[in-house]
Amino acid sequence: MLDVKNLGAWYGRAQILNGVSLSVGENEVVALMGRNGAGKSTTMKSIMGLVRHINGTIRYAEREVQGNTPHAICRLGMGYVPEDRRIFGDLTIEENLEVGRREPRPDAPEWTQEHLFELFPNLAERRKNLGKQLSGGEQQMLTIARTLMGNPKLVLLDEPSEGIAPVIVEQMARVIAELKREGLSVLISEQNLHFARIVSDRAFIIEKGEMRFEGSFADLDENPEISNTYLAV
Amino acid sequence: MTNVLEVRNLSKSFGGVQAVKDVNFDLKEGEFLALIGPNGAGKTTCFNMLNGYLKPNTGSVSLRGQALIGHPPRKIWRMGVGRTFQITATFLSMTVVENVQMALISYHRRVFDLFSRATRMYVDEAMALLELVSMQDQAGRACSELAYGDLKRLELAIALAHEPALLLMDEPTAGMAPSERLALMALTAEIVAKGGVSVVFTEHDMDVVFAHAHRILVLNRGELIAEGTGSEIRTNPLVQEVYLGGGSVFEAESAHA
Amino acid sequence: MGFYFAQLLTGLANASSLFLIASGLSIIFGVTRIVNFAHGSFYMVGAYLAYTLVTHWSGSVLGFWVSVILAAMIVGVIGLIIELTILRRIYHAPELFQLVATFGVVLIFQDGTLAIWGAEDLLGPRAPGLDSAVRIMGEPIPEYDLALIAIGPVVLLAIWLLFHKTRWGVLVRAATQDREMVGALGVNQAWLFSAAFVLGSFLAGLGGALQIPREAVSLQMDLSIIGEAFVVVVIGGMGSVSGAFVAAVLISVLNAFAILIFPQISIVLPFVIMAIVLIFRPHGLFGKPGSEKGAPEEPDQPLALMDQKSAMVLMAALLVLALSPLFTADFTSVLMVDVMVATLFAVSLHFMMGVGGMVSFGHAAYFGVGAYGAAMAVKFLGLGMISAMLFGPVCAAIAALFFGWFCVRLSGVYLAMLTLAAAQILWGVTFQWQEFTGGDDGILGVWPAKWASSDKVYFYIAFVLCIGGIWALRRVAFSPFGYILRGIRDSQTRAESIGIDTRFHQWMGFVLAGGFAGLAGVVFAFSKGSVFPDSLGIALSIDGLIMVLLGGIHALAGPILGAGAFVLIEDWVTRLDYWRFIFGAIILIVVLVAPDGIAGGVQRLLRGLKGGRA
Repeated sequence: MLDVKNLGAWYGRAQILNGVSLSVGENEVVALMGRNGAGKSTTMKSIMGLVRHINGTIRYAEREVQGNTPHAICRLGMGYVPEDRRIFGDLTIEENLEVGRREPRPDAPEWTQEHLFELFPNLAERRKNLGKQLSGGEQQMLTIARTLMGNPKLVLLDEPSEGIAPVIVEQMARVIAELKREGLSVLISEQNLHFARIVSDRAFIIEKGEMRFEGSFADLDENPEISNTYLAV
Repeated sequence: MTNVLEVRNLSKSFGGVQAVKDVNFDLKEGEFLALIGPNGAGKTTCFNMLNGYLKPNTGSVSLRGQALIGHPPRKIWRMGVGRTFQITATFLSMTVVENVQMALISYHRRVFDLFSRATRMYVDEAMALLELVSMQDQAGRACSELAYGDLKRLELAIALAHEPALLLMDEPTAGMAPSERLALMALTAEIVAKGGVSVVFTEHDMDVVFAHAHRILVLNRGELIAEGTGSEIRTNPLVQEVYLGGGSVFEAESAHA
Repeated sequence: MGFYFAQLLTGLANASSLFLIASGLSIIFGVTRIVNFAHGSFYMVGAYLAYTLVTHWSGSVLGFWVSVILAAMIVGVIGLIIELTILRRIYHAPELFQLVATFGVVLIFQDGTLAIWGAEDLLGPRAPGLDSAVRIMGEPIPEYDLALIAIGPVVLLAIWLLFHKTRWGVLVRAATQDREMVGALGVNQAWLFSAAFVLGSFLAGLGGALQIPREAVSLQMDLSIIGEAFVVVVIGGMGSVSGAFVAAVLISVLNAFAILIFPQISIVLPFVIMAIVLIFRPHGLFGKPGSEKGAPEEPDQPLALMDQKSAMVLMAALLVLALSPLFTADFTSVLMVDVMVATLFAVSLHFMMGVGGMVSFGHAAYFGVGAYGAAMAVKFLGLGMISAMLFGPVCAAIAALFFGWFCVRLSGVYLAMLTLAAAQILWGVTFQWQEFTGGDDGILGVWPAKWASSDKVYFYIAFVLCIGGIWALRRVAFSPFGYILRGIRDSQTRAESIGIDTRFHQWMGFVLAGGFAGLAGVVFAFSKGSVFPDSLGIALSIDGLIMVLLGGIHALAGPILGAGAFVLIEDWVTRLDYWRFIFGAIILIVVLVAPDGIAGGVQRLLRGLKGGRA
């Protein structure tokens, strides 16, 4: 469903990604792993059209989308959840969700505010509160809910477990499982091997902008030196 | 050995949230001290109080007997405190060696010189500092083109330019490859061993911490909960519970419950 | 008592139209991050259109209000066309380029309006049905003022409802905080920007159209309102509509009372209020930290000393310039003095912006203070030319010392606005203080000493001072002081952490740039024999910005090329009819074709010729 080939990305003159290839299948949860600065977020942003200077090909939903604007890519059914959450702090929870709302699409599950409030009960209690009044964990929930309002088929989830309390991390794992049950595909970027193992089917490991490993967690367990070398365990 | 740094009863709160609570510790001359703890434990807040970016609500910090609290960052720098940043901060429109030269120019109080050619000043000293961190081959490159790990090493060279008595390193190895991490910290340890500078660093990579730190302090929710050598910390049940964990996030979670 | 109440009502009526234009400006800035100088032009065109429509349907109440709304709508459409054809192409360009582009639009509109409506001021009819006065507490209050007082809050309420009760409004508010994220959530940013621009233009047009019954429509409406509108937006906080309302009321009401005590104050007062507000609230009353920032920019390349070949070309060019009086006519020497003065002015502005990272919208202030300083030294102190030439730059540096202290406390657009305020205060004082500065009549008879009175001799004096000044600033740019200044621009955190007092350093940079601008002003004053208040005006400040940006802000050579090109083009173009139109078009072409300026364009061309990486 998503097929990235030979992706390169630059910020100014600095090359951040160098020939990254990865794929995500139908109804699959794939983890993109690596440390801070390895290129995970840049990969996500490049796929979403948020990095201006890229090369390589990004195939999604049967077409090449590299060079498209973020809104065009979003409208093809790709949802992006940024690592720093990027909640609209001066908007209420309901308004934040409204910004993310898009027409339902035939090939993806449809999400409504009420449905999302069931999934994230803490948000329901505070629906009239401003984004900036929420705790870190609530903001993390809101940013996911906001993206789901666009009824995506594939969700790019950038570092969902970063900087939040363990109890929220657990809730996050349940949410990802729920998304898979609903038939979505998910690409998550993650530093934590244990979390990635619990929520995802397959893993890629990226380091210094290059892909270093691709395979199942069983493969990874057979080669402990890989995770020792590239991951902050 | 004498104490380079003495921290007493340091506290700081932000809008009712107690970020740092009554923290006390000493740093001995030539010591390599690690400050660890979960995200939000107050490590960066502690650092920012040591180097003057934040004013504590209470407490005192003294460096070789001089009180640091109340001075602006630049004064504290001149008293002999150097720092590197969690997110690198360098002069991106300058070359690598120029970045180091700026620190030397400031150290030698030449910043208001209107006439000399900045690029010709303190070249040898700057190159010597770059050599110390093995960056001499990249001296002429634009800083904006450097890889992340190299920026970190450059920051180390800049931080050493004024021969500080105390070096504060905020997550020095974040984002570096494991081999690079150990090399950078080995390099730092070597510099410490040569004498003259003591180091306090925060770090998430426990391999780095256990390999190099002489002593480890553990912060949790703003409080110092443990202090000791690597093996003491590794086996401390409280530290395992709040930070090191038993391996999986969910086991850590069930330990809470 | 009744009199004071009447005064309050007048203040509130003035506030309405100021609010309309400022709210539009604020919305446009909030969403697109463009500081739109052309907003005053929209206001002016709205007034002219309304004049034509209202006189066409004269007498009917419905006709009047339909005309006003229709005029505002037409301005909205004009705004849309400008957004689609010009701004949409430069959203990724550095913010100063956007600013200059909108100034190009200002020039085009000035001549467009002149061509359609002529140079005469036009006095519109009173609003039918609201053409008399009512007595409130014994004082006559125009009915139309009461209508305006009601219109302000009604529009504020309408905007509030639009922003809080419609999906579009929610998107606009979201985009004001994080445009990129809104795009990633599937919203077409381009159309959101266009729509915000249309709304902003509509409001400006409405503000202008509503002025018809109160003041004559003139070609000076655009620049006279834009300064005040900026002030309102900044006091309220960039991007905040309710802030703009509060600020408009604050300024207008204070003004209505202040003129009772000190009638001359109205030109200066808004800027004084802004300076006070910004010192206590660096992001305006309702602004947020970070609201001052435009689009992020890529870092500069390291400075490189000139290679031998370029140095030889430069020496040759200087030699030709030095020898030019020997083989050209006097008027060429005079023109060359203008070029050198402009170049020194532009280099000093570039030192502040390009090296120091402090954008100034009011650099002409120091040019003007230098010029006036010298002129007054001649007139009141009886100093000779040489001592007056020393005295002028010292005056400019002292003015920069005073205003710089305030300015370096801010950053980004707010800093730029405060420099504008400083310049407007100085301009206002110069303009009003007749006994001392001669007011509008200026100071005449500032001629060079006898021995220097020929055009050719004065050329050499100017040559030594201007080229010397440019050389000195360039030297400073390569000195520790200049490097550290650039370092502060790159990373304030890093500069502080190597022991730099960043604020003090920037302050000194500000003073240095001001002093050299003053030197340019001195050379200018003696070459013209007189000084007038325009030498401190907004227009000259903007000329300076255009020179720097035409040349390219990222290269030290930029301002030199830019100033040369500017003066020569201006000299040629001003001989033509509708020169503003042509000049504006040239600016737009440069901005659209060479967004990195002439210096950047030349560099790219050279790289291309060498077959290197483009």
